[in-house]
Amino acid sequence: MASSNERHIVGTSVPRKEGRDKVTGAARYVDDMTLPGMLHGATVRSKIARGNIKTISFDPSVPWDEFVVVTAKDIPGKNCIALILDDQPCLAAESVNHPEEPILLLAHADRHKLRKAVDAISIEYESLSPVHSLEKSEKQSTIIWGTDNTFKTFLVEKGELDSVWSEAAHIVEGEYFTGAQEQLYIENNGVIASFDPQHGVTVWGSLQCPYYVHKALMALCGLPEHKVRVVQMETGGAFGGKEEYPSMIAGHAALLAIKSGRPVKIVYDRMEDMVATTKRHPSRTRHRTAVRKDGKILGGEIEFVIDGGAYATLSSVVLSRGTIHAGGPYYWPSVRIRTRAIATNTPPHGAFRGFGAPQSLFAMERHMDRIAQVVGISPIEIRRRNFLMPGQTTTTQQTIHEKIDLDSLLSRALELSDYHTKKKRFAVENKTSTRKKGMGIATFLHGAGFTGSGERYLNSLVGVEAGPDGVVRVLVSSAEFGQGTNTVLCQIAAEALNLPYECVQIAQPDTTVVPNSGPTVASRTAMIVGKLVQSAAAGIKRMLSNARLLGDNYTPEQFCAACREFIAAHGSLNSEVRYEAPPGVYWDDEHYRGEAYAAFAWAVYVAEVSVDLTTYSVTVDDFVALQEIGKVLHPVLAEGQISGGVAQAIGFALYEKVVWQDGHMFNNQMTNYIMPTSADLPPIRVFFEQNGNIHGAHGAKGIGELPMDGPAPAIVNAVEDAVGVRFNSIPLLPEDLFQALQTEPPVATSSLPGTARGAR
Amino acid sequence: MNSSGDAKPKCNVSFTVNGEIKSLRIHPMERLLDVLRNELGLTGTKEGCGEGECGSCSILLDGLLVNSCLVPAAQAHGSNVVTIEGIAAHSLLHPLQEAFLECGGAQCGICTPGMILAAVHLLEKKAEPTQAEIREGLAGNLCRCTGYMQIFEAVTKAARQRVAK
Amino acid sequence: MRADPVDYELVSPGSLHGALSLLSAEPKKWLPIAGGTDVMVLYSAGKLPNRNLVNLWNILELRQIEVFPDRIRIGATCTYTDLRKHALVSREFPLLATAASWTGGIANQNRGTLGGNIANASPAADSLPALLVYDAELSLVSVRGERRVPYREFHTGYKKTMLAPDELIRDISLPRRFSGYVTYTRKVGARNAQAISKVCLAALGRIANGAIQDVHLALGSVAPIPLRLSETEHLLSGKKIESSLFETARRTLIQEIRPIDDIRSTARYRAAVAGNLVVEFLEKLVTESARS
Repeated sequence: MASSNERHIVGTSVPRKEGRDKVTGAARYVDDMTLPGMLHGATVRSKIARGNIKTISFDPSVPWDEFVVVTAKDIPGKNCIALILDDQPCLAAESVNHPEEPILLLAHADRHKLRKAVDAISIEYESLSPVHSLEKSEKQSTIIWGTDNTFKTFLVEKGELDSVWSEAAHIVEGEYFTGAQEQLYIENNGVIASFDPQHGVTVWGSLQCPYYVHKALMALCGLPEHKVRVVQMETGGAFGGKEEYPSMIAGHAALLAIKSGRPVKIVYDRMEDMVATTKRHPSRTRHRTAVRKDGKILGGEIEFVIDGGAYATLSSVVLSRGTIHAGGPYYWPSVRIRTRAIATNTPPHGAFRGFGAPQSLFAMERHMDRIAQVVGISPIEIRRRNFLMPGQTTTTQQTIHEKIDLDSLLSRALELSDYHTKKKRFAVENKTSTRKKGMGIATFLHGAGFTGSGERYLNSLVGVEAGPDGVVRVLVSSAEFGQGTNTVLCQIAAEALNLPYECVQIAQPDTTVVPNSGPTVASRTAMIVGKLVQSAAAGIKRMLSNARLLGDNYTPEQFCAACREFIAAHGSLNSEVRYEAPPGVYWDDEHYRGEAYAAFAWAVYVAEVSVDLTTYSVTVDDFVALQEIGKVLHPVLAEGQISGGVAQAIGFALYEKVVWQDGHMFNNQMTNYIMPTSADLPPIRVFFEQNGNIHGAHGAKGIGELPMDGPAPAIVNAVEDAVGVRFNSIPLLPEDLFQALQTEPPVATSSLPGTARGAR
Repeated sequence: MNSSGDAKPKCNVSFTVNGEIKSLRIHPMERLLDVLRNELGLTGTKEGCGEGECGSCSILLDGLLVNSCLVPAAQAHGSNVVTIEGIAAHSLLHPLQEAFLECGGAQCGICTPGMILAAVHLLEKKAEPTQAEIREGLAGNLCRCTGYMQIFEAVTKAARQRVAK
Repeated sequence: MRADPVDYELVSPGSLHGALSLLSAEPKKWLPIAGGTDVMVLYSAGKLPNRNLVNLWNILELRQIEVFPDRIRIGATCTYTDLRKHALVSREFPLLATAASWTGGIANQNRGTLGGNIANASPAADSLPALLVYDAELSLVSVRGERRVPYREFHTGYKKTMLAPDELIRDISLPRRFSGYVTYTRKVGARNAQAISKVCLAALGRIANGAIQDVHLALGSVAPIPLRLSETEHLLSGKKIESSLFETARRTLIQEIRPIDDIRSTARYRAAVAGNLVVEFLEKLVTESARS
């Protein structure tokens, strides 16, 4: 019998594991599921930003005995959403700290009657003075959280900063702002919960992190580990918006299920999801940089502040990543990075792809262009002179060991985008056109996996099992929500076992079935979990080999026979592998110093924009995204991740504005919160540079969040190139451009002399 | 709050869905989306926004692409409805479904049924659409995952295959 | 979904006569619904005060496009897709066909109707400026008979129209006299598709003997109603084109409009862009006229 050759599955674009179900409408999302006797659940929310609850009145015309009513008093365990600081209540008891804060829960079999009942509850408050801006929170004249409105601070120091100011030929300052952004997954948040005294609570949900929800429900419901079960349903997009928030909605459904003894489904409509759930943290960054005459950075101070909303939730971790990325892919001989996450009376901000890095990298990349202007060299040259090189250390003093060559990555990106040719052409065309064109670049990095000792703390466990039919199943808590988890992990396992891809399945993440391989966040799945899957799969092979049931080379049929025999003798065939931190990785949590991430992905993005001076709108005409992410495990999926991330970041830069009114999202409908359609986006041209990297499976590094970091500054850099006006705040809307041009009108351009656009 | 005594009458509505005649007794202002999902168990059609902006509820109503969240079910009386469940011919996928699979047109999949219906509608009107026509044809279907590039590729590929046949 | 279907009634008389009888019997009770692209959004948001709806969608006599030598008559429940597909509409009334292509996406164009757009009376509606510059005339019908009104007079205030409680719009007539005119329309929204307009200009005119003639300008989203810019038209009428005229036109226009700050945009932006669009039209008038 001929043995099979080595299969190359990793690195090829195999069919998406759950793809067929998705294109036929068979894929089952939470709202597609019903259970017998199921009730619908709804949330009664605060209408004010901050205050004490005085009375809750139930309109007597409603037959309340038909409804299940849950308040904070009904919480069996601890009234909090267990996460990091545990300061966020599941239901407000005496006071509220943000608009839309959950106070009461209702359930009823008829979801229309339920809706009316929510409106039939009126709550009186004693209002307290709220804080609605970063500046007001910092002033600390009104304290709304802790003793100083501050969730977390970090201080990173490197080198001898105080001496650089006198040496500097230039001292360049800048202040940069990014706004809130809504994840806008097309499937709203939803869960179904059921309870029975014997099995405890079961929750099916649209979520990223089954074990986060598991932990939160244990604390909320006062239940032990084995009496909480969390199952992830097909999830229609997440982007971080379903990292921590599902613990809240799951908690609500669980409480209603416990009280009523019936399954309860809570699915938000779009208006509720937008107004009540997490968004990207707004940020303000201040740079003050000492620069040599030739443009080399001597050192600088970076202050980075993010608005965390009313409760701590994940703000400390977002701040951490923003802090570590604040210096960009550059060499800083000395730096002081001071960062803070502060509180305001807004629904808590949370995880969103990039997780602090898009914010601080926006500032860094805008600032580099500013430094270039002051020094009198090009945006390209300023970066070349400051890029990190192998052997140098980052701002946290992590030595770059990998063979990264940012200089040639930049050159390649410029070539792919036809940068120089276009710049020359635009310089001529812009003189007479009312559509000004410009080019902008961003160079950046993104650390994969949890920061520092985070992965050790997560202590991920992964399983691979084989059945008597030879079908292999990957057992992880990593969730699929479009990014390709199912596919990639099956590819890795299949190749490790030298089996066809079709022979490997992946279990639906269910906490009674799969071990805790950590949350599906931080661009860690391919790199960290993938590597563990590879080891666990190899473990299966080893077990069969040790039992002398399988040689080095075998056919799938032989593998199947070996499994059958092994299982007949031992009962099961299961291999588990736990994460082990790579040796020599050192992280000092107190001083925020050392090896922040096991690996970085590196990128150069180039944006070509037009600014229409008739309408003041910016269009991205072409976009080149070049990155080094280690091994490309699946070309189609990888390209899809980058494309999608770039599109989301174009939204971040030019379209997506959250309009706040007293801490409340005013534009909470899709008609007024603008994300780009197919008619708005440029061709997004994606390229990969492949070097080897030792950490991930087959040398893969994280990819999911990287594309969020670069487009916004590349675009705003391009806008400045086009119209000569400096914008340091996103989203950059036509109204903002118009406003700025009022004070700095461009050169007259019309075919008829004397006509200026944007005249006062 | 209205007591049940104020409830307005139901009506008889029948229409063809994916080739089968369905007769229902419903309130006329039930959204067609909810009738498809809840009465008929056809959960392939999704609700993303309830305001006709995202297109994930797209279906074909008498051959025309519409947002089913904006159609009162009574207006579908006598009509021919096609949902994503009716696109594949038994186990044989439509060329668009195949192309979406090959090109990465579906990531999280929630916009996919509506997007495929929009693409089916487009190709029935224009067998070989230009890139601009594809963009226009799909502009009412929002995708948050893909950035649209691989969706355009899928539509282009499927168009070419259909024309070749 | 924030409305309870049990609270709503939708009746389908199936004929214009039937619908009008209903409106006549109980005038303020019945809200007409055609394609539903406005009504159903309000309904789903729980913001529709009306509980009784009369279905116009299946009334074929309202969905005809009739061509006469001197005018075209568009039935009130013609959809945007109907308009886009009609060869004569595209050829002789390009501003209307273009506006139809801007309204929502394809799915909403297949359901949204011209009559519904007019009756809903949002100053931001895309097709209304085109109707204004084409000197549209409306046929309003009730059991009492028909009256024809210049569309220009139809909107009386923000979301207020001449429509009596027992009346429906039956059709919209456009005179076929604009061939050979230079036409221009541009919509400025937050994105290229599926966007409510921030400013929308429809314009047409001619140059004869070096002077501007019969110029019609209409703007959406700059006042409580879609606005015909009569003062700016009057200023431009009979004048020779020169660059100083553009700035005078812009200044006059800014006096005529009443833009506001709202969830989508600002008054100052709208005013500036409206002026830019009018100048862009005038430039087009010059170049196109020079060509012919």
